[in-house]
Amino acid sequence: MTFDAHICQNGHVTYPGHTLCPECHEPQTDTVDLADRTGEVVTWTTSTATPPGVRAPNTIAIVEFDVSDATDGGDDSVRAIGQVTEDDDVETGDAVEPVYAEELRDPEAGIKEPASQGWDGYRFRPVQ
Amino acid sequence: MDVAVIGASMTQFGQRDAWIRELIAEAGEACLADAAVAPDEVDHLYVSNMASGEFEGQGGIMNALAHDLGLMPAYSERVDQTSSSGGAGIYEAWQSIASGASEMTLLVGGEKMTHRTTAEATDVIASITHPVEYKHGVTLPSFAGMTARHYLERFDAPRDSLAKVAAKNHANGVDNPHAQFQKEVDVETILDSPIVADPLRLYDFCPITDGSAALMFCPVDVAEEYTDDYAVVSGIGGATDTHVVHERDDPTVMGGVVESGKQAYEMAGIGPDDVDVAELHDMFTILEFLQMEGLDFADHGEAWKDVEAGRTERDGELPINTSGGLKSKGHPLGASGVAQGYEIYKQVIADAGPRQVEADTALACNVGGFGNCVITTIMEASQ
Repeated sequence: MTFDAHICQNGHVTYPGHTLCPECHEPQTDTVDLADRTGEVVTWTTSTATPPGVRAPNTIAIVEFDVSDATDGGDDSVRAIGQVTEDDDVETGDAVEPVYAEELRDPEAGIKEPASQGWDGYRFRPVQ
Repeated sequence: MDVAVIGASMTQFGQRDAWIRELIAEAGEACLADAAVAPDEVDHLYVSNMASGEFEGQGGIMNALAHDLGLMPAYSERVDQTSSSGGAGIYEAWQSIASGASEMTLLVGGEKMTHRTTAEATDVIASITHPVEYKHGVTLPSFAGMTARHYLERFDAPRDSLAKVAAKNHANGVDNPHAQFQKEVDVETILDSPIVADPLRLYDFCPITDGSAALMFCPVDVAEEYTDDYAVVSGIGGATDTHVVHERDDPTVMGGVVESGKQAYEMAGIGPDDVDVAELHDMFTILEFLQMEGLDFADHGEAWKDVEAGRTERDGELPINTSGGLKSKGHPLGASGVAQGYEIYKQVIADAGPRQVEADTALACNVGGFGNCVITTIMEASQ
C-alpha cells in the first residue's frame, strides 16, 4: 500500500486525489508517496463520542508534509488527516511518521456500504 | 422580482414522538394558517431535509407533505444540502418566486433524529465526509475540535471565549418557547462538562433534535394583498467549499461563508455594518467565531474579543442568535436553516416577543457540513 498524494502538471498537490486539480482543473497525472516521509502536526483532537465501529477515544490529527522535492517548483506542502497511533499523544508542531494499519474502523458497523471504500490506511506515530 | 416572506411557523424543537411526516405537516399547516394562504394557492412546495431515508426509512417526503396538506398539483421537491438544507430551501424558494415560476411557495424544513443513539446520528451526519476522512472515524465534532484548537493556539484566544458563546445562546434561548433547552448555563458548567472533541466539551455542541419550521414566500406585490407586515428577501447567496476539510488553505476561514456573504451583501446593496441582528450556525461554538469573521462582523482572529466584550449579546451592538441558536433550540438538520429564517423574519416584522431587538435588517448564515456548503440570507422590513 502507498499513501499517495496526487500532482497535476502545474505542481499542485492534493491528498486525496481528485478527478481534476481543484486549483487549475488539469488532470492529476503524478503521485508522491507520503508513507516514508515525516510530517508535522497542524492540529489534533481526541474525540470521545465516536460512531459505531470506531475506537474510543479516537485521536485524529491533520499533518503537513513537505513535498517540495516532488513538485518541480509547485506546491511546497500537502496536508493529510488520520488517526494517531494507539496510546500515543501528540501536540501541535510535533513530528510524526505514517504507520500502516489494516483496518482503521469496523467496515460493517457504520452507515457506509463496506464495499464502497477502503478501510486500511496510515496512522500517525510521533517520531521519537 | 422582489421576494417577500408573508408567514412563518416553527414546531416545538426537542425530543418529539412525531415522525418526519407528522413534523413537517405540523409546521406546514401552521405556516398556511399564519400566512392566511389556502392550500390551493400554493404553486411550489420545497421540503428541506438531509436524511429522512437514513434516519427513518421514509423517502419522498415532499410528495407526502403535498398530499397531507392538499397542495396537489403544486410542484414539489426535497432539498438536501446536509446541515444547510434549510438555507438551500430558502434559496430554492426565493428562486422560484424571483424567476416568476411560482406566485406562492411554501418551504418546510424538518428532521427526525432522536430515535437514534448519539453514535448512530453522528454516523449519519459523518457520512457526508470523504472516504479518507470517514475511514479514520472523523466526525463533524472532531473537525470542530481540531479547528477550535488551531484557532485558540494561533490567535491566543482564551478557552473561556468559546464557553461565552454557549452561555450567551443558552441565555437567549430562555425566551424561545420552541427551543429544546430553555435554561441558562453558566460558563463554569460549560468548562466543567465532559470532553467531546478536545478542547471542546459537551456544551460547545448543539444537541440532537426533532423539529420542523416553515416559511411562505411570494412576490412583494402579492404580499401586499395578504399583509402589511412582511419581510423582503433583499439578499441571498450560496457557495461551496472543499469536500475534504484539511485541503483548505486556512483552517480558520470558511470560504463558503465568505463567498455567500459577499453575494448576499452585494445583492442587498448593504455591508456588515448595516446588519442589525444575525442568526449564525452555532452547531459548534467555534463556528460562531468563523462566521462572524467570514461575514466581516469582526476581523480575522478577533471575533472572540467581540464576544468577550458582550457586543453580540441581545442588548449588544450586534445581537447574534437571539433565537438561542442551534445551541439551545437544537439542530434538526433540515429544519435549522428554515428556523433561522423564522427568527430573522420575526425580528424584522417586530414580532419576536421577548427576544425582540431593534432590527430593520437581519442576516442568517446556514452552514452545511463543516463549511462545505453555505447559504447567507438577508431580510429587511417591508416598511
